[in-house]
Amino acid sequence: MQDVNLKITDRNGVTHDVIAPTDMAMNLMEVVRSYELAEEGTIGICGGMAMCASCQCYVKSDHELPEMSDDEDAMLAEAFNVEDNSRLGCQIQITPEINGLEVELAPES
Amino acid sequence: MITTDILIIGAGPTGLFTVFEAGLLKLKCHLIDALPQPGGQCSEIYPKKPIYDIPAYPEILAGDLTHKLIEQSKQFEPGFTLGERAQTIDKQDDGTFIVTTNKGTKHHAKIVAIAGGLGSFEPRKPLIPNIADFEDKGVEYIIKEPEFYRDKKVVISGGGDSALDWAIFLSNIASEVTLIHRRNEFRGALDSVEKAQELKNLGKINIITPAEVKGILGTDKVTGVAVEKKGEDAFIIDTDHFIPLFGLSPKLGPIGDWGLEIEKNAIKVNNALDYQTNIPGIYAIGDVNTYPGKLKLILCGFHEATLMCQSAYKRIFPDKKYVMKYTTVGGVDGFDGTRKEAPKAVVKAIQ
Repeated sequence: MQDVNLKITDRNGVTHDVIAPTDMAMNLMEVVRSYELAEEGTIGICGGMAMCASCQCYVKSDHELPEMSDDEDAMLAEAFNVEDNSRLGCQIQITPEINGLEVELAPES
Repeated sequence: MITTDILIIGAGPTGLFTVFEAGLLKLKCHLIDALPQPGGQCSEIYPKKPIYDIPAYPEILAGDLTHKLIEQSKQFEPGFTLGERAQTIDKQDDGTFIVTTNKGTKHHAKIVAIAGGLGSFEPRKPLIPNIADFEDKGVEYIIKEPEFYRDKKVVISGGGDSALDWAIFLSNIASEVTLIHRRNEFRGALDSVEKAQELKNLGKINIITPAEVKGILGTDKVTGVAVEKKGEDAFIIDTDHFIPLFGLSPKLGPIGDWGLEIEKNAIKVNNALDYQTNIPGIYAIGDVNTYPGKLKLILCGFHEATLMCQSAYKRIFPDKKYVMKYTTVGGVDGFDGTRKEAPKAVVKAIQ
């Protein structure tokens, strides 16, 4: 088992250092939920299918993340508060490659 | 006034299965849903997505599950109020309820079961500070009657199928159509994108990308929108209507004002007993409820619906004793006169 360290800034601007497991098939949205960094019901509404943008986050570090799927790209095309570094947390799998990733949760919309 | 035993708010999988479980107890159901068809998010958001944790189905598409649930409930002849949102609830002196929708349809029921899932799906509204001031005064989130826009100037924003399709459709009706999208790329059907390009080339649609509407101008009604385009100064477009089309987003909606105990955007229920809320006679089942250990799974909604119906029966008929029977033993008597039962074997004495 290998854990990775993440820096997640919540919607109140507070940055949390969290440890996430790589062997539980989790994604970033699920990590945020498990650490209760966003109020239940405001993140991961679609359950992680890239069909809502409630888990949108801004990637602050220069990690190379997997390319966006068409579903994620389409959802971000419709979402609000979208920046060039926007991604959907539910589409970012927790893997050893993202150790040290820094993200900020986008405002709720 | 529509009358029923159990009024189910939400016609998703849990609501639909409630019809079946209630039917076994000879209780009549009526369902209200804000969507124009039953099925909830399974049919609205992901009908083509496979689900793997429905018992006995190694894999089933969400849309197919919905169809099978509707088929299963048909024998109990449920009523539907679709395309309307449950707005208010009034408890009567006899403990029954009257639920009125946003369109004024009234329903009288002995029991109310909220199976609202994530809530009602409402248009996603852009973050423009004064947009609420102009709703129904030139800002519309849904196009109900295209003729309403005849010979008017219209600005549509959004980059999906809906925005493209309506921009194309209204180009033959409105005097001027402008489509504004935050990206250069549109995420619509290829046909729609090509048609929009053709209409742009003909000068019948004005397309502005990458740009966003940031403000609305007017006093009593919309007279224009302020647009910010990347790399350019903000500018104003004169218009009679601004139609943001950014899809739907689930909200708990008016149910949140019914005096129910809410925790983390979900309705608190007594899961140790019967999934009743803090208001006797109102139950909440499926994804809309919360309790210690809650799992938002369709199969958990089915279980909750089953227990809730047993409790509802006891509440409606406090003096009747009901003995739960397996459908393999008791069969199923539909309200439509059908009867399903296991074939009886003939046992002959062995000489």
